[in-house]
Amino acid sequence: MAKTAPAPPPEAAGAAHRAQMMRFLAQLRANRFAIGLSEAQDALKLAAAGLAARPSRLRPALRALACSRRDDFARFDALFDAHWLGRGVRAATRVSGAPDRAPAGIEKMRGQPSGPSAGGMPDHVERRREQAGEDDETGAADARRGGASRAQVLETTDLRHIADPQAIAEVNALAGRLAGALRQRLTRRERLRRRGRRIDLRTTIRRSIAHGGEPFDLAFRKRRDKPLRIVALLDVSASMSPYSAFFLRFLHGLLDHAREADAFLFHTGLVHVSPALKERDPQRALDRLSLIARGFAGGTRIGESLAAFNRQHAARVVHGRTAVIIVSDGYDTGPAEDLGRELASLRKRTRHIAWLNPMAGWQGYEPAAAGMRAALPHLDLFAAAHNLESLAKLEPYLARL
Amino acid sequence: MGVPFPRSYPEDTMPFDRTTIATRLTNAGYVPDADLAMALYLMDLLQRPLLLEGEAGVGKTEVAKALAEVHAAPLIRLQCYEGLDASAALYEWNYQRQLLAIKTHERDGVSAEAIEEQIFSEDYLLERPLLAAIRSDTRAVLLIDEIDRADEEFEAFLLELLSDWQVSVPELGTIHATTIPRVILTSNGTRELSDALRRRCLYHYVDYPDEARETRILTARLPGIDQRLAAEIARLVAMVRKEDLRKVPGVAETLDWAAALVGLEVKHLADDPESVHDTLICLLKTQEDQAAMSREVLDRLIGKVA
Repeated sequence: MAKTAPAPPPEAAGAAHRAQMMRFLAQLRANRFAIGLSEAQDALKLAAAGLAARPSRLRPALRALACSRRDDFARFDALFDAHWLGRGVRAATRVSGAPDRAPAGIEKMRGQPSGPSAGGMPDHVERRREQAGEDDETGAADARRGGASRAQVLETTDLRHIADPQAIAEVNALAGRLAGALRQRLTRRERLRRRGRRIDLRTTIRRSIAHGGEPFDLAFRKRRDKPLRIVALLDVSASMSPYSAFFLRFLHGLLDHAREADAFLFHTGLVHVSPALKERDPQRALDRLSLIARGFAGGTRIGESLAAFNRQHAARVVHGRTAVIIVSDGYDTGPAEDLGRELASLRKRTRHIAWLNPMAGWQGYEPAAAGMRAALPHLDLFAAAHNLESLAKLEPYLARL
Repeated sequence: MGVPFPRSYPEDTMPFDRTTIATRLTNAGYVPDADLAMALYLMDLLQRPLLLEGEAGVGKTEVAKALAEVHAAPLIRLQCYEGLDASAALYEWNYQRQLLAIKTHERDGVSAEAIEEQIFSEDYLLERPLLAAIRSDTRAVLLIDEIDRADEEFEAFLLELLSDWQVSVPELGTIHATTIPRVILTSNGTRELSDALRRRCLYHYVDYPDEARETRILTARLPGIDQRLAAEIARLVAMVRKEDLRKVPGVAETLDWAAALVGLEVKHLADDPESVHDTLICLLKTQEDQAAMSREVLDRLIGKVA
């Protein structure tokens, strides 16, 4: 609470400053920050309170207002530097397929995989022309070199397999239905409970009205069952490329329909992809994903990726009623002992670890890969998954948990 | 863009509140960083709730306690858990008393309207934290702890309360807030919160304190501690946090450990590595972590500190 009202700013400067603030807010909005009318009002209010006098004050103030999770901080700072301090970057481009032209996604994606000037990169900040020269070239070259195998997985292979929009929609509908079925199965179980431990007095009194105030018909309460949380780790290495598009769609359906679900991709590193997958339009989700995943090298290090998962994410996303689903062919370039150790430590957090191996559906398959053999003792379920039908067999397993 | 950063606000009209908040919080035993002081100041300026996120044990709950002390306001705490519903958070009728009243009045032959009037009056209403907070005479600090443990439905309900500041009790009518509390929500991130709630709130991420701040926290909380020992402890804990541990020690653990060392009259960590090692149970809470922090590793760290 300000004891003294700050002196009103000179009108001209105030107006110019307001305009600049509005431009900044518009830029935040274009970069998916939740800035509505009330946020804009508050931003002006805090500027009027004198917090805009210098960037060192304005930054933490606007950050507290605009950011709503820690991941936003870096993005916010980049935009703030660009706008208020004119540092290096100039203007943020619009997010791919922003609401006003959303449904165009599929065609665009098929026509030309996003080139550097497509302006379709989320969180992408365009470099200023005059200093772009060398910077840009090396940057782009790096991305191309480093992400070669990755880009292939998501852009060419996937779209080659499921090219026409109708097939995409079909796979989606199937995955969605399955994910929906999983959830229904779980909630129905809860509803069957009729007798509880404690009497619900509120309902009992309400019911007693019918009996002239005698609490005759007792109502019970019972703690609701927790919904099952699903955490999926999907191997998107080169050896998995025929399947990765398919599983990505499945993950997308799962995230869309399950109450609590989280998804990660791994290759040689691990990426948390839930935010990108929560995109309603699957094509746009793929679009964002391919950008996130860019920069991976070839090969698979399952053990290392799992270690990263255990260290950074497990405490947050894995609890006792979590089913961890790992989708991988088990071909690991890292040492197999690492994989075994990390799985053992993951198993301390949850007993439910399922490993889906697309190759297990092949005739005469034996889990011969060293990684796969190291993993087997720690698994709750080892199953084939080479099409949706085999995935559907997961349902009884999940319902049992 | 062409417009330089506006300098139209003279330095002397700057509100002093952020620094005041920071000093007063420090006096109340909580050492805030600059960003947190800013967030708390904005909370008052914009009348928005503040969402604090961070690992367990970084002192999120302590912020609310210290803030209540700073404003000499009552602290009303709502601990969230799975299955928390409106009757546990907002209000509940005292059904046992109501039933009793109905029974006794039946014999007296009091009219039904009179009974109804009586049993649905304030006397029979049990205030729960949320109602208590908006009916408080002085502006309370409302701490909604671990909101991520509550269900999504509760989150939506909370959102409604936080924007309208009124509650409707069907039997009584609408209850408007007499004072609007300062609301602090905390989350450990076990579940993703809804965007609507995040949008409504100011956001601050509470990180592990850096060395200097942790030293100040130690001296603020343990007045008897030797300045140099506090600095050594802070430096060692900072290094321990960098090790690959399952459960990274929080501020609360540091305080426990420092209290233990002070109690054992350790003056410098290097003087008595034996006690340091034996008291590590205050800091490391899993068997793996204790095994990882062997005597050799610890001696190496102590060597770096001294």
